Order: sequence, then C-alpha cells, then structure tokens
Amino acid sequence: MTATLLRRPGLARIRTTRAPLQRLCLGFVALVVLAALLAPWLAPYDPNAVDLGNALAGPSADHLLGVDASGRDTLSRLLTGARTSLLGPLGVVAFSTLAGVAVGVAAAWRGGWLDSVLSRSTELVFAFPGMLLAILIVSVYGEGLLAPVIALAIAYLPYVSRLTRSLVLAERRRPYVEAYQVQGHSGLQICLRHVVPGIAPVVLAQSTVNFGYALIDLAGLSFLGLGVPALTPDWGRMVFDGQSAIQHGYPLSAILPCAAIVLTVVAFNVVGERWADQVARRDR
Amino acid sequence: MSFLRFAARRLAEMAATLFGASFVIFGAMYLAPGNPASFLLSGRSASPEALKAINAQYHLDDPFVLQYLRWTGQILHGDFGRSITYRTDVSRLLADRLPSTLLLVGMALVLVVALGLLLGWIGAVRGGAADSTILVSTTFALGTPSFVAAVLLQGLFAVKLGWFPTGGTGDGLGQMIWHLTLPAVALALYLIGMLARVTRAAMLEVLGQEHVTVARSRGVSDHKVIRRHVFRNALGTVLTTGGLIVSTLLVCTVLVESAFSVGGIGQLLELSTTTKDFPTVQAISLIMVGLFMTVNLVVDLLHPLVDPRVTLGPRRSAA
Amino acid sequence: MTTLDIQAYRLSLPDTARPVLAGVDLTVGARETVALVGESGSGKSLTSRSVLGLLPAGARTEGTVRVNGEDVLTMAPEQLRRLRTSSAAMIFQDPRAAINPLRRIGDFLTESVRLNAGAAPAAATARAAEMLEAVGLTAAALRQYPGELSGGMLQRVMIAAALMGDPALILADEPTTALDVTTQAEVVALLGDLRTRFGTGLLFVTHDLGLAAAISDRVYVMYAGRIAETGPAEALFDRPRHPYTAALLNSTPRLEAPAGRLAAIEGRPPSLQEELVGCPFAPRCPLATFLCSQQAPALLPVAGEPARRVACHHSDRTGEGSVHA
Repeated sequence: MTATLLRRPGLARIRTTRAPLQRLCLGFVALVVLAALLAPWLAPYDPNAVDLGNALAGPSADHLLGVDASGRDTLSRLLTGARTSLLGPLGVVAFSTLAGVAVGVAAAWRGGWLDSVLSRSTELVFAFPGMLLAILIVSVYGEGLLAPVIALAIAYLPYVSRLTRSLVLAERRRPYVEAYQVQGHSGLQICLRHVVPGIAPVVLAQSTVNFGYALIDLAGLSFLGLGVPALTPDWGRMVFDGQSAIQHGYPLSAILPCAAIVLTVVAFNVVGERWADQVARRDR
Repeated sequence: MSFLRFAARRLAEMAATLFGASFVIFGAMYLAPGNPASFLLSGRSASPEALKAINAQYHLDDPFVLQYLRWTGQILHGDFGRSITYRTDVSRLLADRLPSTLLLVGMALVLVVALGLLLGWIGAVRGGAADSTILVSTTFALGTPSFVAAVLLQGLFAVKLGWFPTGGTGDGLGQMIWHLTLPAVALALYLIGMLARVTRAAMLEVLGQEHVTVARSRGVSDHKVIRRHVFRNALGTVLTTGGLIVSTLLVCTVLVESAFSVGGIGQLLELSTTTKDFPTVQAISLIMVGLFMTVNLVVDLLHPLVDPRVTLGPRRSAA
Repeated sequence: MTTLDIQAYRLSLPDTARPVLAGVDLTVGARETVALVGESGSGKSLTSRSVLGLLPAGARTEGTVRVNGEDVLTMAPEQLRRLRTSSAAMIFQDPRAAINPLRRIGDFLTESVRLNAGAAPAAATARAAEMLEAVGLTAAALRQYPGELSGGMLQRVMIAAALMGDPALILADEPTTALDVTTQAEVVALLGDLRTRFGTGLLFVTHDLGLAAAISDRVYVMYAGRIAETGPAEALFDRPRHPYTAALLNSTPRLEAPAGRLAAIEGRPPSLQEELVGCPFAPRCPLATFLCSQQAPALLPVAGEPARRVACHHSDRTGEGSVHA
C-alpha cells in the first residue's frame, strides 16, 4: 500500500521538494491570514474595550493571553491587529508589483529614453530608503495608513521594475518571441500573453519577500505613531504600548506582538526565498 | 590618471542625484493640501508676524524654482532655516544632536562588520552544525525589526537585569558608549544577519572556483587559502552592500533612538514629524540622503581597488 | 628511483557501485614524459590529482602513490604541503579559472614558495622573473593582473608557477584543451623544451591521442578506471593491442593517413552506478566473447614486446585490422 503511494509522482515531488521548514512557514502564513480574515468572529472581546481595573493582568481563563496596560484583551488585539498589519503590506506589495512590472516591461521592451528615465529615477528612489520617504510623506499628509502605504509602494517599485527589466530583457532574446513577432502578434500581445506569465514566478517570489520588508517598515511607522490612527489595533503600535508595560515589570504584552511580527516576517521570507530557489532551479 | 576621471564622474553623478533628492525633499511641502504657508504653520497661530517669518524663510511669494534655488543656496552656506517647534536655527539643533547619532551608527557599524563577516566566514568554511545554527539565527535576525529588538533588549538587559540604562544619551564619551550599547545592538542585529548571509554566499561561490583548488595544489595551507583567496575575493561583493548597510542604519536610528530616548537626529526626526516641524524634517532627510550617498560614493571608489576587474568607466587598454 | 610510482591504486567514492579507480599501475621515470589517455570520466584526472593528494571528499584509497619514494596517501598535512611546494606541481586545464583574478601574477608565482618554503620576498620575486623568462614572458608580467593577459600567456604563467619550486614531477591535466589551436602548439612545444632544460618528469593527461603521440615517450590508455594498455608511444600507436586503443585511433583524424571515414565508438563508458563483471570494454568491443563478459583481463606483458602490457583476452587478434566499431 505504501509502496504504491510512494510511486505516485505528485506525492513524491511534494516529499522531496518541500523541506519541513518551508511547510511550517507556509502553514504559519496561512494561519495568520486566516486569523486576520476571521478576526471579528474569533476575537473574544472588543479590542478597544478598556478595563482599567484589570490592567496588566496575566493570562487567565477570561483573558487567555492577558491584558495590556489599558486593560484591553491582548488576544483580541493581536487577532484584530493582524488585519491592519497584513493589509498595509498587501497594499504596498500589490501596488509596487503591478506598477513595477508595468514600468519594467515597458523599459525593457521599448528601451531608449523610457529606459534611461527609469534608470535615473530608480537611482533617485534608491537614495531614499523606504522609511525615510514614508516619514517625509507622513510629515506632509499627517498620520494614517494610506500615505505610508503609497510612499513605501513608490520606494519598493524600483526593486520590482529593475528585476522585471532584466528578466524581460533575457526573455526577449528567446527565439519564441521572434517567432510570434514574425506571425504578426503585437508587442503588447506577446508581453501580456507570454512574457509576463513567463517571468511571473520570479517576480512574485520577490514580492513575497518584499511583503516581509513592508510589514517591518509599516510596523515601525506605527511604533512611532506615524502609521495607523492611535486607536486601531496594530502589532507595531502594540509593541509601543508594551514598552511601557515592560517598564512596569509586565513583559508579556510586548513580547506577544514582537513574536507575531518576527514570526510572520520570517515565514514570508522563508516562503519567498524557497520559492525563488525553486524557480531558479527549474529554469536551469 | 584614469582613476581621477572615474572619481570625478562618480562625484558628478552623485551631485546630480543629490540635486534630484533635494528637489523631492523641498517640493514635498507643495503636495500638502492647502497653501504652503498654512501647512508650514499648521496647528499654530497664523499671526501676521509668524506669516512674515515664514515668508522671509521660504520666500513663498517668489516663483517655485527661485524658492528652491534660494533654499539650496542657504543650505550650501550651512543655513537649514529655523525650527518652527524649537524656535531656533535647525543647524544648531543638528550640531547638538548629530554627534550621538554618529557615535550610535558608528558603534552599530563596527558590530555589523565584525560579527557579520565573522559569522558569514564561519558558516561558509565550517559547514555542518555551525552553519545550520548560523543560518537559523540569521533567518531570525532578518525577521526582527530594529524597534522590536530595541524593546526586547531594553526589557531584558535594562529593566530586568539592570546591566544597562533604559535610555538617555549620557555625558562624556564613556557614558555615551555605555548608554548607546543596547541601542547599537538593536540597530545592528538585522544587518548582522544580512551581512552574514551575503558573506557566506559570496565565500561559498569563491570556494567552488578552480583557483582555490589550484592554490591548495601548490601547498598553500587551508587557512591561508581561505584568507588570501576566498575571503579576499568575496570582499568585493560584501563591499557593494556598504551603501545599503549605512542607509538602513541611519534610517533605523529614528526607531531605536525613539525607543531608547537617545537625543540624536533620529529622535529629532520623529519629534519634528509628529509636531509638523517641516524645516527640521527637510534638513534631517537631506542629511540622511547626503550621508548615504557619500558612503555610496566611497564604496564605488573603493571597489576598483578591491577588485581589479571592475572597469573604471572607459576602460584603459590592456597592456 | 622512479619519480612517480603508482601501484595497485584503488579509489572509491561514496554512493558509487564500483571503485572509480580499480587497480592502477603507472610509473614516470626521471626526465620521462608519459601520457595518460582516456575519455572524460575514465579516471585520468582523478589519477593525476591523487598524485598531489587532492582527493574528493569521502574518498577511500588502497595501494600506493609514491613520489620520489614517499607515499602520498599516508602523508601528514605538513609533508603533503612540502610535496606540493617542491616535489610535484600541476598545470591545470583552464588557466583563466586556475589563477585568482584579483591577485597580481607576481603574487601568484611566489605565493607557494614564500608561504611554505619561507623564501625571502626578493629572492622569490627574482626566481619568478627568471621562470617567466624561461616560459617566454618578461618580468613586466609580475605587476599585471590575470585579466590583462591572454589565455596562452596565462598558461605560460601557470607553467612558470609549476617550475617555481623546482619540482621533480609536473602533472599536466589537459593543459591545452582550453586554448586555441596555435597557442596549443606553442604550449606543447614549450613543455617539451622545458623538460630537456629542467629535467623534470612529466605526466601529460589528455584525451587527444595525436597530442599524446607527439609529446610522450610512453603512453597509458585508461578505460573505466583501469589501465587498458601501455607501452612506448610509437609502438602503441603503430600496432594497438587493445581494441579500445584501436577504436580510439580510428576515431581520431590523422594528417598522414589517407582521408577515410572516422569511426565513432558506439555505446558509452560504463556508469559508476553499475558494478563491472568481466572486461569493462566488453559491451562496446567488436571482439568480445563470453569470456570477456565473465572475467576481467589482467594487464599482462605482450609476447615479444617486453615494454608493452595490455589488458585484453584477445590482444593477439587486435592487430588484424578488423576493428571497426
């Protein structure tokens, strides 16, 4: 029975190519996403319900992960915080990937002035670390989630477009592109139908890693009080709140959001890197 | 001779990028809703004197390009304008706060370079359990933002164990170093992981090259092969991360200095952003970008010295 | 005393079904040039690298590999370093890959003698300049980087480097394969010239029979980790006694021979994953009989030609000219 199972090609591939660490990380990513989606139903309390009489209480049957300095239930805040903490990076990655691919493909396909404008502006954005650009924008627009997300998306865009550009340049030299051109397909058609799907795995693997970086940057902005509005539950903001709890000798409400951030970023990084490795091996 | 030309070209390129960056930093205030004067004064009484002072500083009635040129001209003379919150020259604020930030970044840089190179070296050369341990710990270092590291280190080593102060800057070099130790570790952690990964990968790539086998075949001892050939050749790749390391260090001072109440320009950037003190934000952004680009320039100029294969612009003929 | 004396040398690697080298006997006398010929994967490079103790990870060895009478396989690391510095040196296939591109030629040449023999820098540099002139370059190359020299010049540097420690034996592992044809001829001529001048023994590893014939005194033909045939170069190429040698000769274009069809050898060398019973060449051999598939032939002297030995059950039939694979 086991012998026949082992011979099935699909199963064998899963066994050999997916290391346990990657499966673990993939599972964790799924868990976090699920928690974020189902937070309103999963959270036992209103994440903003203040109960000062119960402040800094340890874990109990009522509050499984304890209570923070304002008496808010940590588990509920972690679950609801997953929403904002993941939604921001998702926006950054979605925008930077879409726009970055469009810019990268255009620069590689067209070349010429478009290409040189792109490489000049890429250099300019490289000089601005994402956090700094976000802070500059926040200082103009004020706090909120939208301004930092747009700023970070702009800061991440050149990384995506530079990668896309080099991939498309390599793809363009392949004979099939010329074959389609000879058959009279337009450049746009070839790009959308064949080139972009061809390079998508590499770009998406990179975007998965970028997701982790965006999460770090956005959580940092919330930590500074420059990201999400003060009352919205968010992991970065919870670390800030937890800092004063630590000084009162109650580290749990800081350690938990720290762990949530670190584990989520590690999980996204590992999944993205392994994915990129697999794509690279397959292409070779 | 050709090195001088190469250096001059790099310098010109850097000037051009810095020009573009300053344009973005200056122009950002025109993105704000409403007119620039009310933005610059936001939240404060728009008294006629205040408006006059703002106008005197930014010449808001002049055409945009003229305003920008005047602003850059002042900065080139060391005049960064007046802070709206502190009611003093921004350059004085910076002069007070820059030393502690530079000390903090310097200490973190030492940690990053020393530990990053060491761990990468051990991982590449030793392999086995040492390598796996380093891989796992660098994976976690790469997932730990500096402010998370700051809060956790502060909780453990300052609050719980009491080995280090919980915050502040301290007076005198010894005190400053003592106060800045935990912040420097928090700042360095992520980059130690990154540099260790880069060093390890670069050394492994060189280890697989034939000239390493050749050096061994000529009786050069293993540790000399590693030092003279493997590490030496990996250094070029490692060097190219220098700009990224310094820019990350500078920007993350915002988080770490806020967490540890270090009176540096990072904390000042956070304070001036929350208080909408735009001249100060502009000055600090410009200084950070400028420092980052200076480091990039140095890296670019060092690269041909580390790796003779790097071409100096128009290549001199092979003779 | 023979400079290089390999006796009953076996080398096994992990995860293979048979030894990579299965009982190799090979000698190189003082001032002698010996060619080791075989297809890629036959074990010829492993044999030559073993002489310097450069073994793959996890390799197990039996037999002896003696250089100047001392067994390389049992040497302590310190002795091994001395061997590599001053007794034997190797010239590699691709000089562009074999020389660290980040270090000057002078550093490359003097590295080994400075670090191990403790030579003074000035003396080492003087010797390097002398060796560069011996291979037809000038001392100006000392200050240059590998990227500034052509492939042929770099292979000369590689040869100069091999001569630095005044070795008794030079191992050349396909030293001309990565070079273009005219440079190949120059390098081969240089190697022959240096042998008479410096009196070193030379083990020349190649897959090129024509080259082997041109340069060597004696030839070893290797197949699947065993010596198939050995003897004086001229006699061996004139009258091959092993069907594999004959087939190799048939597949090599020759200038002096009438233009005929070149015959490729059908099939492939046995993989390391299959155990060998009998003669390893039997599946590809036109003369193979039942005996060949059952019993491996020993390397035995050829009747009437005491300098030659061949490992074939049918060596007496090989000369008939009927070998067309």
